[in-house]
Amino acid sequence: MATDFSFPDAAAKSAAAKPDFETEKMSLSMGPSHPSTHGVLRLQMELDGEILTKCDPVIGYLHRGDEKIAENMTYNQFVPYTDRLDYIAPLANNMAYAIAVERLVKLEVPARCQAIRVITAEMARISAHLLGLGAFGIDTGAWTVFMYAFEEREKLYKLFEELTGARFTTSYTRIGGVSRDVPEGWTGRVNAFCDQFLPILEEILALLTRNKIFMDRTVDVGVISKADAIAYGLTGPNLRGSGVGLDLRKDKPYSGYEQYEFDVPVGTKGDCYDRYLVRGEEMRQSVRIIKQAIAKFPGGDWYAKDARKIFAPPKDKILTSMEELIQNFMIVTEGPQMPAGEVYFEAENPKGILGFYVVSKGGGVPWRLKIRAPSFCNLSILPKICVGSLVSDVVSILGSLDFVMGECDR
Amino acid sequence: MAVIPLERKPLSFAERTYLPAIASGLKTTLKHLFAPNITMEYPEQRPAIPPGYRGVPTLVKDPHGREKCVSCQLCEFVCPPKAIRITPGEIPADAPERAHVEKGPQAFDIDMLRCIYCGLCQEVCPEEAIFLQNQYSMTGYTREEMVNHKDRLYELGGTLPDEHFKWDKKLDAEKHGNAH
Ligand code: SF4
Ligand code: SF4
Repeated sequence: MATDFSFPDAAAKSAAAKPDFETEKMSLSMGPSHPSTHGVLRLQMELDGEILTKCDPVIGYLHRGDEKIAENMTYNQFVPYTDRLDYIAPLANNMAYAIAVERLVKLEVPARCQAIRVITAEMARISAHLLGLGAFGIDTGAWTVFMYAFEEREKLYKLFEELTGARFTTSYTRIGGVSRDVPEGWTGRVNAFCDQFLPILEEILALLTRNKIFMDRTVDVGVISKADAIAYGLTGPNLRGSGVGLDLRKDKPYSGYEQYEFDVPVGTKGDCYDRYLVRGEEMRQSVRIIKQAIAKFPGGDWYAKDARKIFAPPKDKILTSMEELIQNFMIVTEGPQMPAGEVYFEAENPKGILGFYVVSKGGGVPWRLKIRAPSFCNLSILPKICVGSLVSDVVSILGSLDFVMGECDR
Repeated sequence: MAVIPLERKPLSFAERTYLPAIASGLKTTLKHLFAPNITMEYPEQRPAIPPGYRGVPTLVKDPHGREKCVSCQLCEFVCPPKAIRITPGEIPADAPERAHVEKGPQAFDIDMLRCIYCGLCQEVCPEEAIFLQNQYSMTGYTREEMVNHKDRLYELGGTLPDEHFKWDKKLDAEKHGNAH
């Protein structure tokens, strides 16, 4: 339709009428190798100018079939695979998986083992949140945060390396215990790390919390209402950012979390900025938990000694006694012996609630293992909150949701 | 205790001018500029490796230079990504000192393109024959080069102290007629 310029109020008329030409929506693919999608996530977006009218997350690029793999190996052999779910916090995954399987036989691990697991899980939380904040910083244009956060993560990695033998893929827990006891003086070094970490954390957070550029990019961006957060099954800092105070460490304590005093921070608005604040505060709380756990670090066994069909006997026994040698062979080849039954256990991981649903028909191999990955559920809200926002806000939203594709696609 | 709402205060006028943020940011940067370096010049400088590190899996010999592995294949079984391939072999009946061990590996290959350095092989080995040691960088131009054969595994592994000498003890016991 050509505009009739002879008409006096042509401009007003054309504005009121349909546009002169049909504007086409543009479709744009962000990812799977886009720097701000934090892994292999692809967003199929439909744009009207700069505004999103549709946003479909396309997932599965990192699918390895972990759940099926689990059915083909013994319970202990699957531990290294749990490292590769949320690979930012492998120690927390190791712990959640071990507890899930232990619930199947109602096995309680000794207090020392529980404390080790809590300390490592909280260290993993700090490390995961540091990366989350650092990457969020990069997304919004603050490189420094990332650099300083990685300096701290390096210190954590050194401690992980000393404890488990690996920096990244820790594979630390076993069904009924952990792979080795803490080395001499390790808890002291963790304590020292915590002491020096707190002021550095304040310094890192000070770079963002009152920073106008950062606030302009995050405040009132990607708002998730309380009702939406619950309806979409969000968990972890993303849920708490929307003001829901659900934290399984408090609500359904496991591994002795009930002994420790800590607060659950919640946001008030549910925007990107709230999710950032929640992560910052959670690190402070994690330090509190670690310090309490170290202060009353229990002695005794670090694995369930009486679980003779589950946890392999110590090495020197295997080398000197026939009975233990056979026991070792049985546990390795048949797997830790579990009764028939099913169990669902969920743990409060850095990214949210990580659940393992284990179905056993007896023996040492799961019949079915289902993993409830927090990042998978957290991403489901993307189509809802991205519509209507600017493309550059999508980058902030992705950064604030802090997901990891290894776990989403699993 | 328990749930604490996070406070968020609106920015003051000064903060809205960006100036305090710039000043404090520069202060932090300057502080770090004069702090000691935390990076290292990697191939020349190398990080200290703590004891118990899980590096490349290797086969070790006992302090008398004798092969420890009895090719029980437990490590081959447990290896989650199936990186280990063992061909069991017999130890000849006239071999001095070792004939009663009966078995040793004829071939022992670890595919380092498959290995995930999980350490389960070391954990399950009933002979303390396989160890993940300090070596952490493995490179090669071909896939074949990345498979460590038996000779290479022993070369990488060397000798580790042994507290038990279980086969010597067994031989002694047999000599004194109280073997089980
Ligand atoms: S290395 Fe150990 S576990 Fe592997 S075959 Fe030899 S003796 Fe058995
Ligand atoms: S370290 Fe793990 S993956 Fe590597 S050979 Fe040993 S069991 Fe297999």
